[in-house]
Amino acid sequence: MNNELFKYTLRLGDTNLILGQRLSEWTGHGPFLEEDLALTNITLDIMGAAKAFLEYAAKIEGKGRTEDDLAFFRNDREFYNALIVELPNGDYAKTIMRQALVDTFDLYFYQELVKSKDETLAGIAQKSIKEVTYHLRHSSSWVERFGDGTEDSHEKIQSALNELWRYTNDMFEMTEVDEVLIKAGIAVDLNLIKTKWEKHIDELLAKSTLKKPENAFMQSGSRKAIHTEHLAYILSEMQTLPRMLPDAKW
Amino acid sequence: MENKQFEDVFEAKLAKNEMIEPKDWMPDNYRKHLIRQISQHAHSEIVGMLPEGNWITRAPSLRAKVVLLAKVQDEGGHGLYLYTAAETLGTGRDELLEALHTGKAKYSSIFNYPTLTWADIGAVGWLVDGAAIMNQVMLQRTSYGPYARAMVRICKEESFHQRQGYEIMCHLSFGTAEQKAMAQDALNRWWFPTMMMFGPPDSESPNSENALKWRIKRESNDQLRQRFVNQTVQQVEYLGLTVPDPKLKWNEEKKGYDFSEPNWVEFKNVISGNGPCNKERLAARNQAHKNGEWVRAAAQAFAKKRAQKIAA
Repeated sequence: MNNELFKYTLRLGDTNLILGQRLSEWTGHGPFLEEDLALTNITLDIMGAAKAFLEYAAKIEGKGRTEDDLAFFRNDREFYNALIVELPNGDYAKTIMRQALVDTFDLYFYQELVKSKDETLAGIAQKSIKEVTYHLRHSSSWVERFGDGTEDSHEKIQSALNELWRYTNDMFEMTEVDEVLIKAGIAVDLNLIKTKWEKHIDELLAKSTLKKPENAFMQSGSRKAIHTEHLAYILSEMQTLPRMLPDAKW
Repeated sequence: MENKQFEDVFEAKLAKNEMIEPKDWMPDNYRKHLIRQISQHAHSEIVGMLPEGNWITRAPSLRAKVVLLAKVQDEGGHGLYLYTAAETLGTGRDELLEALHTGKAKYSSIFNYPTLTWADIGAVGWLVDGAAIMNQVMLQRTSYGPYARAMVRICKEESFHQRQGYEIMCHLSFGTAEQKAMAQDALNRWWFPTMMMFGPPDSESPNSENALKWRIKRESNDQLRQRFVNQTVQQVEYLGLTVPDPKLKWNEEKKGYDFSEPNWVEFKNVISGNGPCNKERLAARNQAHKNGEWVRAAAQAFAKKRAQKIAA
């Protein structure tokens, strides 16, 4: 079960790490100063969660690797982050819509994970619930503003939703890893999350005068570490220094 | 009261080391000088986010990444307090930003130099923030209340930044040979530009005289520069690095170092727009502002609709 727990924790660490990496591209370039600060705050929370999960993954693995080894010395075919978080930021509408979709998932997910029999995972979830509650308030209030703001913003947020939608199901896919860990009372049953997620997103879209895309073909692959073309670029940028000087300590 | 009487009250406050507050009468030149200085300072914080932000996605450890993110965010926060302080003098943020974006307003020239390696992030924190602190510590006692109070908070955070920068330099200097070389190279490139941050020599500093008289500034450019060198040389020695100035020498008589003047021709060039990154920095600020235009418009339109709904 150790191997399953390692993979599961990696998945959580990687999703936060790659999302944080993407969001950090906005720092210093936000749409206005207050929003730049707010998004960077969210990025910091997400990076904090990434660090906590990867630290734990390294411990479970027990081979003497650290969270930095896991972040900087694995290849894209060994990353288990959800596909949606590796997509380019696009305009602010796309970044915000991705946040709303992921934040909603995270909130319900952490609310279940907090009950996990694994104390470390439950502890990280406990801390994350508070943060994600604020993240979701932030992203959904912007979805609403864009949806019911100007014609231009409405169009931008609707098209962001249309583009992102096909990556949403990937977040909910379960494998043997999930099965084993659900039985052990450690992992979260993502089918339960999905129902809540759909209901919440439906409500948010209705409030924001947006239409849910229909009949979209759903992309998948993250559970097998098969990614979009974007991830390898993210990693080559993120990992450049440690790989250039592998003996160095930072 | 006659203008003369207002002026007497103002002068008396300065003489007693009392703060001037937004509602107090103040001479037009004092107001103008402050708006210029505070907004330049705010712009410097915002533009300063760019060279450091340049390395967030490439920070070599998760800890380094989080620390750098927090640091760059602090700089943004400083920009925010300072724009707010400038607003108390009657100039709105839109107007100030417009001046930045069109190139009319200045910001600290140091941010027109590129951050080429990770060691530059260390050097910027250690040297650039270190020099900024020297300038800013005295501003905590500056005569204009909102500015002085903003500076108290800013100084606290800046000294944390300086330590963060020095910590990076320590990791590098005591690390592998490649890391140490990276640290020395960064020091070589940042030493003289940092010295320029204190401004031109006193004999050629056009704005200094009034600033000292009004207690906006409390020490001259040359005094601060000397103090900075005296303090920093020791830190360089601790790292086992070399100050890139062959003329650097302890002068027992003045109890300070003698050192070479920075290249003031280069300084003027960078100020007038010809530094290595002037165009990039301004373009990045303009781009962000332009990309954010529809976001700000949407927020306003939404707020207006909501207000109408509530009214109806």
